[in-house]
Amino acid sequence: MAYADQAEREAVHEPTGFVRRYIWSQDHKVIAVQYALTAIFVGLVALVLSALMRLQIGFPGSLGFMDPSAYYQAMTMHGMIMVIYLLTALFLGGFGNYLIPLMVGARDMVFPYLNMLSYWFYLLSVLVLLASFFVPGGPSGAGWTLYPPQAITAGTPGSEWGIVLMLVSLAIFIVAATMGGLNYVTTVLQARTHGMTLFRMPLTVWGIFMATVLALLAFPALFVSAVMMLFDRLLGTSFFMPEMVLLGQQSEHSGGSPILFQHLFWFFGHPEVYIVALPAFGLVSDLISVHARKKIFGYRMMVWAIVVIGVLSFVVWAHHMYVSGMNPYFGFFFATTTLVIAVPTALKVYNWVLTIWRGDIRLTVPMLFALAFILTFLVGGLTGLFLGNVIVDIPLSDTYFVVAHFHMVMGVAPILVVFGAIYHWFPKITGRMLDDRLGKLHFWITFLGTYAIYFPMHYLGFLGMPRRYYNYDGYEFIPQSAHDLNAFITVAALIVGVAQLVFLFNLFHSAFRGRRSGPNPWRAASLEWQTPQTPPAHGNWGAKLPVVYRWAYDYSVPGEKQDFIPQTVAPQELQGPGIEPESEVKR
Amino acid sequence: MNDRSEGRAGSGWQNIYRDWASDKDAFKQVPWGKAMMWIFLVSDTFVFSSFLIGYMSVRMTTTEPWPVPSEVFALTIAGQSIPLILIAIMTFILISSSGTMAMAVNFGYRRNRVATAVLLLVTALLGASFVGMQAFEWTKLIHEGVRPWGNPMGAPQFGAAFFTITGFHGMHVSIGVLYLLVVAIKVLRGDLDRVGNYQLVEIAGLYWHFVDLVWVFIFAFFYLW
Repeated sequence: MAYADQAEREAVHEPTGFVRRYIWSQDHKVIAVQYALTAIFVGLVALVLSALMRLQIGFPGSLGFMDPSAYYQAMTMHGMIMVIYLLTALFLGGFGNYLIPLMVGARDMVFPYLNMLSYWFYLLSVLVLLASFFVPGGPSGAGWTLYPPQAITAGTPGSEWGIVLMLVSLAIFIVAATMGGLNYVTTVLQARTHGMTLFRMPLTVWGIFMATVLALLAFPALFVSAVMMLFDRLLGTSFFMPEMVLLGQQSEHSGGSPILFQHLFWFFGHPEVYIVALPAFGLVSDLISVHARKKIFGYRMMVWAIVVIGVLSFVVWAHHMYVSGMNPYFGFFFATTTLVIAVPTALKVYNWVLTIWRGDIRLTVPMLFALAFILTFLVGGLTGLFLGNVIVDIPLSDTYFVVAHFHMVMGVAPILVVFGAIYHWFPKITGRMLDDRLGKLHFWITFLGTYAIYFPMHYLGFLGMPRRYYNYDGYEFIPQSAHDLNAFITVAALIVGVAQLVFLFNLFHSAFRGRRSGPNPWRAASLEWQTPQTPPAHGNWGAKLPVVYRWAYDYSVPGEKQDFIPQTVAPQELQGPGIEPESEVKR
Repeated sequence: MNDRSEGRAGSGWQNIYRDWASDKDAFKQVPWGKAMMWIFLVSDTFVFSSFLIGYMSVRMTTTEPWPVPSEVFALTIAGQSIPLILIAIMTFILISSSGTMAMAVNFGYRRNRVATAVLLLVTALLGASFVGMQAFEWTKLIHEGVRPWGNPMGAPQFGAAFFTITGFHGMHVSIGVLYLLVVAIKVLRGDLDRVGNYQLVEIAGLYWHFVDLVWVFIFAFFYLW
């Protein structure tokens, strides 16, 4: 007996009371909003930190408290928060939680209690991380990659308590991500509704599903390295610590391998890039298809590209380590696998463009963000080809070119998708539209502003301006023009940072005062827009689960009354067969 | 409705493809808890693999000689030094516990409430005795001066890797013992008869066999190498 049938026999018990409903909630939709709000809050902390760093670089000495230690601490916390506590949590915990059950037609995640625990562990990890701002010595200043021996050696900012809290927080986060991830994967595999085959799932679900699989397989390496480094720091073991002489003193460690940490870290770290990128790929595919009123081009290829990228992302990690002193022959292997990833990735970009081609494009705010994502991802992806080659990477290593590359490809590009997706799904979550004019204002400042920030950084990288310096005064090889550019970048960054307040205002204002949206304002075909109530009630679907008859991309089908056919419309109600790929329509 | 998977026969690969491509669930007749346990175990495999690879890596990088396991883990019984004797007994016990676990699952399918519960308790007892012997082994090594940060026999990474890996595995066994006790109580109370199936026993069994399998690798890579 399939579980869809069982779900229909059991009554839905709606929780009562404010606390059970909104705080200790087991409803995936409430947990998603909790995840999202926490992630946005901690992301704002990281945004402020980046503004402080930019002020120091653009206008050295303008902040009295910004000494080298404070700079490194700000940099470490900014990177770690943005990558893990904002983007990973928001894509998997936020969008994954909200969209997976609605898009596959489930009542909830398969184990709601575990799902609730996942959020509370995540919140705990955030609190432990933020606590490190208030301990003696402050947060860790080891750089977001936490490379030993530096990270836990006396003299590094935060080597007393900051690094301990950072590692503990990461371990807790991994427990949270595992509890959530098990739920997402099991829900996608085992709890779909009638007619929802794997190849009828929207690409959003595919992207988040594959990203979750990566998370379940990659986070263990980070967990192990965090445990080992904690032992090195607290028990005096020597997993990662070699024999060293520090300030004339022989250190107590001997024989450990710092390179081992780098391998473990990047075995997690590279899949992490795709843990962030794959959900973005999926979400943006759906945004483009809906707002261009056209089926996604090459749906099956898009799915396989997601799977192939996910698999390949486990065999490329050492391209982050070309200058680490590992065996040079490894470079050949890892450069090859890295460049191979460009094939499925380029395929996705072509398919997005071909989806737009001759579409009935609506330049709504979500569509603007989606188009901006394609451009930004293209730029960031192309510089990835530079850095994936050993001989080009070595001179560019640890320059601003690298900073520009990864901010474009895994900072700006996913965050543009986050914004687009929030503008797109906000009506389903709250029943109200976000304000359009404020949205466009937010979009143009953010989009143009990020280019003003990161384009010049490529040039600074070619000049050889090293990253992670707290002050660039007094280096003869850095010309005056670079200093002027730095000031320009800082001004642009501050403007973009302030513009996010527009978004926040829009978010909270529209949640209560926005225009009523109706159940399906974008006229989208996928399942989450067909719920009986908007916002969806507890249990999502009423007494009966929906029955799905087609894929999520039946847009502009010739001869039909509307320009979209919801997934729940039966073939008898239509003139023709729809445009689902033939192999799927065959009964 | 187009459930294409049911009521059709084909070759093995075709059936696998049909199951995966069908609606509702990719693995037919697999309950949610069992699917989730399998996925968790795959994830946990990566945790132990990372630990073991880390151990092998530091064993190669360390500058001091690695202690000889057959001497370090020898017990002197009746004046004879017998290498690896304690580990051999521990391994035998843990693997035997996999056998009793498998029997518990079997009796569960036959709805034999008492036999299932007794075998679960025997499994838990064997697991607990494993943890007890591990505690004895730790105590002996600590008395001989082995510490996470160093030891008199050689490379400091020996103690670090030993305590970390066997500790992490021992923690898994201890959690497993508690887990089995909870399941045994549920079986004895008749909870599973009311639910109508004994899947809970099988899911606990998956975890227990995994912990045993991990021990085989730790045994091979740490004690025999």
